[in-house]
Amino acid sequence: MGEVIVITSGKGGVGKTTTTANLGTALAMMGKRTVLLDTDIGLRNLDVVMGLENRIVFNLVDVAENRCRLNQAMIKDKKLDTLSLIPAAQTRDKTAITEAQMEKIARTLKKDFDYVLIDCPAGIEQGFKNAVAGADRALVVTTPEISAVRDADRVIGLLEAAGLPHPEVIINRVRFDMVRRGEMMGIDDIIDILAVELIGIVADDEDIVISTNKGEPIAKNQLSAAGKSFRDVARRLAGENVPFQDVGGGRSLWRKVCAVFNR
Amino acid sequence: MVFWKRLFAKNTSTHSKNTAKKRLQLVLVQDRLNIGSETLEGLKNDLIAVIGKHLEIDVEAMDVSFCRDGEQVAIVANIPVLQGSKEAV
Repeated sequence: MGEVIVITSGKGGVGKTTTTANLGTALAMMGKRTVLLDTDIGLRNLDVVMGLENRIVFNLVDVAENRCRLNQAMIKDKKLDTLSLIPAAQTRDKTAITEAQMEKIARTLKKDFDYVLIDCPAGIEQGFKNAVAGADRALVVTTPEISAVRDADRVIGLLEAAGLPHPEVIINRVRFDMVRRGEMMGIDDIIDILAVELIGIVADDEDIVISTNKGEPIAKNQLSAAGKSFRDVARRLAGENVPFQDVGGGRSLWRKVCAVFNR
Repeated sequence: MVFWKRLFAKNTSTHSKNTAKKRLQLVLVQDRLNIGSETLEGLKNDLIAVIGKHLEIDVEAMDVSFCRDGEQVAIVANIPVLQGSKEAV
């Protein structure tokens, strides 16, 4: 029996879809049978981030409304044969599917897969409730900005109310140079405020934009630091004890010298 | 001169990260308790009514807010008193 993990955030644009794509890719690279489920009906994007947009025939709503079987809506990844995607419908809205239908789909999928990753839409309305319905575990993606942390806190409360009492947090788009200068909240500040378990730290990295342009998740890139961060989260999800990278809280004289000349 | 100032500048609380953290903590107290500005206003009016019965207070300068210390949330009310007991005499 596999595990159903919902990736959520409350606020839009913090990197839910990118995180889902990369964790799925990293888990599949570890040999785990993984399926990604895009529940952002009407605003689907996981297909383009994965580079699979040209292969869509059926979608999640087709499955819910019995127009196709579950495995007909599954798109195999281009390279990893342990990874597939069930896309969201683009021409419908969040009400096209119910919590009961989502729960049934998730329950069916976890019989055949080690991991079912659910990409949750932004917001806390029906789409969020659907995405959370069948989940065993929740990850909350946030960035070191007031608005994103505030929304993450709200979502953590809602997850707890929905029976997912121990959400884990991924802090995305961290600019360590700004953290060092004291102009961005650091990892400790955010974890202190949210009072939850940390599962990942991902630096703000322009390589992510480039990899998304190409439709190739950065987790496949062995040279990228962000890619490694996502692979580390995947290993932690699978139960490995992976230490967090050194965040460099202090500011050395050498760094100050560099900072002065970089201005 | 500016060069040396930058090189040996100390971390101070003027850094925007501290402002962000403080503002966030205040907002979260209200979010978590599900307290809107209406509730806060109602509480303030009731406090004025109760205390006003006994003391003359400066309603304009009074401030009621929430603050958080770890897991504990407290109501902090700063109510300047203008005149002593009304009940005397």
